[in-house]
Amino acid sequence: MRTIDYTIEPPVVEGKPSLSSINEDIARPLETKPPKGWYIAISISLTMLLIGAVSLAITFIKGVGVWGVNQPVGWGFDIVNFVFWVGIGHAGTLISAILFLLRQRWRTSIARFAEAMTIFAVMCAGLFPAIHTGRPWLDGYLLPYPNQHGLWVNFTSPLLWDVFAVSTYFTVSLVFWYIGLIPDLATLRDRTTNKFKKVIYSIFSLGWRHSTKHWNHYEMAYLILAGFATPLVLSVHTIVSFDFAVSIMPGWHTTIFPPYFVAGAVFSGFAMVQNVLIVIRKVFKIEHIITLDTLEKMNKVMLATGMMVGYAYAMEFFIAWYSGNPIEQFVFLNRALGPYAWAYWTMVSCNVLFTQLFWFKKIRRSIPVMFVIGVLVNVGMWFERFVIVVTSLSRDYLPSSWGMYIPSIFDIGILIGSFGLFFTLIFLFIRTLPVVSIAEVKAVLPDAQPTHGGNH
Amino acid sequence: MENKPLYSIAATFSDVNKTIDAVQKINEAGYKNYDVHAPYPVHGLPQAMKLKSSKLGWVTLVFGFSGAVFAFLFMYWVNVFDYPLIVGGKPFYQLPAYIPVMFEVTVLSAAVFTVVWMLFILFKFPNNSHPLIDTDYMKRVSVDRYGISIQANDEIFDFYKVKEFFKSLGAEEVFEIYYKVDELQDRPKIFDKKFISFLVLTSVIVSAITYFVLNQLLFMSPFNWMHKQFRLNPQTSTTVFKDGFGMRTPVEGTVARGYLPYPFKGKPAEAEMKLVNPLVPTEQVLKLGKSKYLTYCSPCHGNYGFGDSRLRGQFPNPPTLHSDKIRNMKDGGIFHIITEGQNVMPSYASQLTVDERWAIVHYIRVLQRSVNPKESDLR
Repeated sequence: MRTIDYTIEPPVVEGKPSLSSINEDIARPLETKPPKGWYIAISISLTMLLIGAVSLAITFIKGVGVWGVNQPVGWGFDIVNFVFWVGIGHAGTLISAILFLLRQRWRTSIARFAEAMTIFAVMCAGLFPAIHTGRPWLDGYLLPYPNQHGLWVNFTSPLLWDVFAVSTYFTVSLVFWYIGLIPDLATLRDRTTNKFKKVIYSIFSLGWRHSTKHWNHYEMAYLILAGFATPLVLSVHTIVSFDFAVSIMPGWHTTIFPPYFVAGAVFSGFAMVQNVLIVIRKVFKIEHIITLDTLEKMNKVMLATGMMVGYAYAMEFFIAWYSGNPIEQFVFLNRALGPYAWAYWTMVSCNVLFTQLFWFKKIRRSIPVMFVIGVLVNVGMWFERFVIVVTSLSRDYLPSSWGMYIPSIFDIGILIGSFGLFFTLIFLFIRTLPVVSIAEVKAVLPDAQPTHGGNH
Repeated sequence: MENKPLYSIAATFSDVNKTIDAVQKINEAGYKNYDVHAPYPVHGLPQAMKLKSSKLGWVTLVFGFSGAVFAFLFMYWVNVFDYPLIVGGKPFYQLPAYIPVMFEVTVLSAAVFTVVWMLFILFKFPNNSHPLIDTDYMKRVSVDRYGISIQANDEIFDFYKVKEFFKSLGAEEVFEIYYKVDELQDRPKIFDKKFISFLVLTSVIVSAITYFVLNQLLFMSPFNWMHKQFRLNPQTSTTVFKDGFGMRTPVEGTVARGYLPYPFKGKPAEAEMKLVNPLVPTEQVLKLGKSKYLTYCSPCHGNYGFGDSRLRGQFPNPPTLHSDKIRNMKDGGIFHIITEGQNVMPSYASQLTVDERWAIVHYIRVLQRSVNPKESDLR
């Protein structure tokens, strides 16, 4: 019988690639002509973006009355999509910051991409509160700036916390991402023969020269940023959940919301990262850098967070019963059996039932199956936000003011547009910047670190 | 070579263990101004170079803490002093509700300033004119080689000795790195024409955007199709009516509420006979009469009714109100005069309501009685 020594970490990168081959592999998409598939992909995503742009333009001309929102459901697709996209972003920070602090070396090959995804997802998310105000050119009033009205924002409102949380999250993610990019941009600067590219890379690499004196501070800065990004990512979705939990709507006014939202965010974000990476590693032939082991580990995270989400679903019902509050009890029965039951059961089956398949190693390592499950998770998590937002609002305390929410074609158009924006940015990113951190992957290659000297 | 000052001599190594050995030997040999370049952070290199561990954490601490304090004081000032607003019956100062914003500002300020401090103050970036940039040495180092560069300004630097030393350490290639002469010119770069014009351009663009956002964008009127409605605005024309006027005149004989026509027009005697003061001279009524009298009557009749006009001859002085004629006139007669006017006195019907006119009549009686009191008043 073979015994496995679990103290030895498996290599992050498969085979024994040399340092220079890492440069070649990662820089290849930036230096070659894009394949046909890329053109097809970006035209699809641009079409989606255009659909969103047209829907948005009509919204601006006609006002938010063209959406499906009305009394009593004043928060529709706009808020559902906002929470969904912020959640997608969270996996990126989790991978780049939390797994860095936990010294999970397998994160190095996917961290850069996940961070980029965070930034793009937060951009998509930020769009929705901005247009939700109805008159987005007046959004400047969301910020506390000294104005001639002598007016200040309400610092005690969760919606204002949201403004601070999401903008801080975006800024810090961008800084974190850029800091990681500097050494890689310097590598590309030294590599490129194209004059125009050289100017761009020189400007953005700021004159980085791989000096150990710099690496010394750089690693400290990276550690500090990771240390800050970790509580930040938890705070962002906590504050997003406060938008609901601080209100007195039945079904929203619960203390389980912050951890429940954070777990859900990580869950859906990992599904999205996994889906996109499966495509990218195949198209760019970097299967040896983003390995099947890495994907399997992501599936394990999805299994764990999926069960946390399932626990939250169960606990919501338990607390509704245990509280003895008839309105709270009604809201949850209404979710499972009422007019939006189809959405509820879509959510439960996608998020809790299908992910249980990841208990089997064969399924965790089968790329087509995990891809499908990843898609289902994203569908399920989108419906989770839909169920939370819409069911509570449509049937609250007063039966006389109940109402149904039916999204209009413009709601759906803007949702499609946000996916278009996200994928367009991703497709542009994979052609213009290294999708895998060159410096970080080099550092985890076998033989990259000294074997003697007793320094570590 | 004479006009190209030497920056350093650099050597590349292909093996990481050899590099660390070399660094330790260079250290032992007493070189101070040298640097090691590697394509990724190599563990143990900073220790071999005897670098102190980074103190960047203190920068983070200071800026993070200042961010928290600033956010707290700012919110406290806004909520308690500058814009106290009661929300949900809570006190103005409510620390728990400040925590989220304080946290976010702490993270923002700590993260951004750590990076800014590192890049721009510690590293003195952007520095694309560094002599190492764009050398073959740098191009090796950024791929898969480890490089050591000993600078020419080191105290024990010697061109040939250093070259020999590198060879003895097992260096793969040895490079001589020179300053680029055109980049050595001793001109302060702040006064560079390009830089100044860049600054001017940036400031103009930034101010224009700020002006537009704060003074135009935030005051733009939204969708004005909401203003365009199917209705006629006053003073506009229309095709609905033959005469083209959007506004219509009322039907003949229309009486507006509170504007019943005066029945004794041109009949002072009848008015004096038939009209009776409906008001009782209470304190309130007299106060009303006094204020209206002082506003409308006193400019000509004088504050006490003696006909001593304040108009200094610009308008003929009226006779005194204390004459027997007026004193014996019935209330209705005085009312009629206020309503219709008399001689050069115009009508005050449009300025004074019916009740106000009656109140003035009462007040005139008060004035008259104060000048010619009854026997009983003097007792």
